[in-house]
Amino acid sequence: MSTVITDWHSQRDDDGILWLILDQHGTTTNVLSISVLEQLDSLLDEIDNNPPQAVIFRSGKPKGFIAGADVKEFLDVTTTQEALIMIKRGQALFSRIAALPCPSVALIEGFCMGGGTELALACDYRLALDDAGTRIGLPEVKLGIHPAYGGLVRSTAIINPLKSLELMLSGRNLTARAASAMGLIDSAQPQRQIERAARQIALSPPSKQEMPLLGKILSLPGIRNLLAEFMRKQVAKKAPRQHYPAPSAILDVWANYYGNSKRMMEEEANSVARLIQGDKVRSLVRVFFLQTRLKGLGDKKSFTPRHIHIIGAGTMGGDIASWCALRGFNVTLQDREAKSLSHAFKRAHQLFGKRLKTTAERNAALDRLIPDINGDGVAHADVVIEAIFEDIDAKHAIYRDVEPRMKPGAVLATNTSSIPLETLATVLQEPDRLVGIHFFNPVAMMPLVEIVKTESSSEQTIQNAIAFTQHIGKLPLPVRSSPGFLVNRILMPYLVEAFTLYDEGVAAEAIDKAATDFGMPMGPVELADTVGLDICQSVAENLSEAFGIEVPAGLKKFVDSKQLGKKSGRGFYQYKKGKPIKDKDVDLGDQKMIQNRLIFRFLNEAAACLQEEIVADKDLLDAGIIFGTGFAPFRGGPMNHSLQQGVESILQSMTEYAGKYGERFAPVDGWSLVADKS
Amino acid sequence: MAATNKKYAKPVYLVDGNRTPYLKARGKPGPFKHADLGIYAARSLLLRMPFEPTEFDEVIFGATMPGPDEANLSRVVALRLGCGERVPAYTVQRNCASGMQALDNAAMSIASGRSDLVLAGGIEAMSQAPLLFHPKMVSWLADWWAAKSIGQRFRVASRFSPRLLTPVIALLKGLTDPVVGLNMGQTAEQIAWRFGITRTEMDQFALESHHKLHQAQENGELDEVVPVYDARGNVYERDDGVRPDSSLEKLAKLRPAFDKPYGLVTPGNSAQITDGAAALVLASESAVKKHNLPILAKLVSTEWAALTPAEMGLGPAHAIAPLLKSQRLKIEDIDYWEINEAFAAQVLAVIAALKDKDYCKQQLGLRSAVGEIPADRLNIHGGGVSLGHPVGSSGARIVLHLAKVLQQKNAKSGIASLCIGGGQGGAMLIERSLS
Repeated sequence: MSTVITDWHSQRDDDGILWLILDQHGTTTNVLSISVLEQLDSLLDEIDNNPPQAVIFRSGKPKGFIAGADVKEFLDVTTTQEALIMIKRGQALFSRIAALPCPSVALIEGFCMGGGTELALACDYRLALDDAGTRIGLPEVKLGIHPAYGGLVRSTAIINPLKSLELMLSGRNLTARAASAMGLIDSAQPQRQIERAARQIALSPPSKQEMPLLGKILSLPGIRNLLAEFMRKQVAKKAPRQHYPAPSAILDVWANYYGNSKRMMEEEANSVARLIQGDKVRSLVRVFFLQTRLKGLGDKKSFTPRHIHIIGAGTMGGDIASWCALRGFNVTLQDREAKSLSHAFKRAHQLFGKRLKTTAERNAALDRLIPDINGDGVAHADVVIEAIFEDIDAKHAIYRDVEPRMKPGAVLATNTSSIPLETLATVLQEPDRLVGIHFFNPVAMMPLVEIVKTESSSEQTIQNAIAFTQHIGKLPLPVRSSPGFLVNRILMPYLVEAFTLYDEGVAAEAIDKAATDFGMPMGPVELADTVGLDICQSVAENLSEAFGIEVPAGLKKFVDSKQLGKKSGRGFYQYKKGKPIKDKDVDLGDQKMIQNRLIFRFLNEAAACLQEEIVADKDLLDAGIIFGTGFAPFRGGPMNHSLQQGVESILQSMTEYAGKYGERFAPVDGWSLVADKS
Repeated sequence: MAATNKKYAKPVYLVDGNRTPYLKARGKPGPFKHADLGIYAARSLLLRMPFEPTEFDEVIFGATMPGPDEANLSRVVALRLGCGERVPAYTVQRNCASGMQALDNAAMSIASGRSDLVLAGGIEAMSQAPLLFHPKMVSWLADWWAAKSIGQRFRVASRFSPRLLTPVIALLKGLTDPVVGLNMGQTAEQIAWRFGITRTEMDQFALESHHKLHQAQENGELDEVVPVYDARGNVYERDDGVRPDSSLEKLAKLRPAFDKPYGLVTPGNSAQITDGAAALVLASESAVKKHNLPILAKLVSTEWAALTPAEMGLGPAHAIAPLLKSQRLKIEDIDYWEINEAFAAQVLAVIAALKDKDYCKQQLGLRSAVGEIPADRLNIHGGGVSLGHPVGSSGARIVLHLAKVLQQKNAKSGIASLCIGGGQGGAMLIERSLS
């Protein structure tokens, strides 16, 4: 049997080292497709016939080692049996690498994720490039599964389980240095040394990495089970098992089968074969693709801003400024007086302290963030973002002042969430350069940014705004200029419904539980408290004019009595050290009814947005809602969720609710578009 | 001999400048390191420039004691400012005149045609001055690290004494003259005695310095000061050593700090230990034209002089006299003066020396007295006694502020001068064309 080798280059050098270089044809990123693995299998046959001194795995791509398994391929798997066959084939192949008679080295440069890391773990030695672009991780949990090609078995065999399990449970990725400190790789080396290091290790292999003593102790039976139990509880706080079974599955496989690697390998395969079934993984994969789609919008190269000027150093303006500085831009931050910038600088220090590891990096970020009371930065800026309080006259005054001083071609953006851009543009000489770039709070945590286009914004401006958003590592979502845009508009009926339930006497805890049981990251009542009730009220009032939503009286009462939520220590909940005090023994009421009322409002508004073409299509709507509100990712967004549940049955229930609870539950016309499969 | 008129050979323009507030040292390291201060001073200045930071030909700052991780402080500042990798930078040291020295170097570079655009200034974070191990402790540590066997280690350990741990305070070393063995305060006592300056005169001068600075702050006459922010988000907008509530009675209660217990020089009539930085953009005529730069003032000529270290405070007299002479100017021709207030006694002694016929004859080689600097034209917005003297920074600050004063008063010429530890004086003549 001979397989045609199209994706690997194998070269034997003068020292007898065999270099296996993966350079998948027709792509810019290597993934472990079935074909790539089959080709590797036949290459290993050749090695068995004619063993080299050593084998070194490397990537032929300029950026990136291996990005992981081919996600598309595992959507094709429909039965547990099929999944198991596919997984076992991969496991067998990687076990062949592990059993090679000669030393094997993985030379990792750039991204190395999932299956790529598993391949590296199957090698005797792992080296990674110590640079800004190299990242190593096992992020499978993000897709609802866990490592299946022996990664779970091999990582927990050589690394302290506290660290290896945390890596898999969080799905986070590591720099080369962090990976080296953890023991995931043997060493991080700079470009000038890495090839020499790989050769030296291949030709005179040092002793292989072993589990440190503490790791051995923590992996002992009994201790292992206690540790797993503890970690299960920790994980459940962030990702409830009923919605996210993968993290607990990792702990189950490890706690139950560690020590018997053959059995553990089998259980690793069985576990993933089980997880891969059902809608959840499909929805999470969908989220992954939606993210990829948003990341692909626009053309980063067409607009390369260097200097960003931000006007308004409130929480939003200040956080946008420090985020841009963190991402490497020169930023000038303007406000009326020096004191107004204090808060922003304090938060910037906190952000840099958390995100940046070295003093030099922190200094550099701080050096890029320049206080600018006089607004001298406007003349240098490629993007000017106005983020002051919501007042038309104040904004107009700023635009009149700023526009004549801006560079030709620079983008003028507003972070407004409630004033129509058309109104703001009236004072501009060139109204086509205004665009909405709407960030969400907290800026550092929220991945989505709405790009708001008006009739008058030029295509160039929109494209530049999208490219800018890509440069700062946020996900751009183009939306039409319409009250509330997409995210706030869809959230508001859901929040208002929560307030209405509260006014009807349902406990806040019961409302929030219904929402988090559905899969929301935070219940609507706590969310409102966190955002600030005054802000909720002003957004609600703004939208109520446009859409006839009634703002419940209860909300107003809170705001009038200065109970503004988390920030004032008291809102719907009482706060202690920033955490709400929740009554555990509260009457939960009719949870199904509460959940339906909340979610139906959500879904109905989503259908209305689809109908009004607030975003271009269903996928973008789901993407916006997931990344903008945290809507249960395993449900794949409101559109996907509706289709999975069956639009018919949802509409039937909604009509029923309309009769019982009011016309707001009557399905809007947009539902015909939701059901439309095309 | 130098060119007879001693002017810069080609025009050198001061385009603009900024400085940080001068922040009084509070007994422990302040929130900003040298480079941080330099960057704060320069960043907002560069924002006003129509050219890119990468277009500077060089960057020159003065500093007396940069931190151990920023020995060539100017290069660190240049890189962190975004001047790019290809702009050379060096740091100059002439004690208290380091900031003025940086301007002189920049001006000479422009005058010679080597540079067209130079970022120059002065930086000092005195609160960051290190405590050093005593050399005996350093020797002990070297022996300890060299000791291999337990026996050797035991022997080295037995030689340890807690007295070895007594630190050397770098700042005090820096403020003491190693040749004549006097600290700076003692040199001020020396010249106060020579010219018969009384404690009351010193305290009165100090009081006025505080009042003038406070007035200037209230009237917004220090627009070159830019706010700085620390890690907690605290903002510093003003020189914080000012004491608007000071009085002769309060000042009279202070004890002498240097010649104890009989001396006259107290913390109240001396410059404060302070952190701060100033940054200026200097340009050639062609750079001014090319970038259409505004002109704040023109640097005309600089004079350096030296005298006995024991009377270093009289340095300005020794520099001002020849500067006036070479430029064929009289005291009356100069509209405003900035003489750095290292000590109230020292500025008063300079004034006294310049109007003292004997001193001018014997020490300055003149035929008659130079004349009297009018009090209402000198340091009109305060000086080192009220706003502090971050050593390496002050020379740049007084030139910048003098230019601002000339602009505010629509005046033509000014001289900035300071005394220099080790027995030197520097003076710089600047001019602007009347609007």
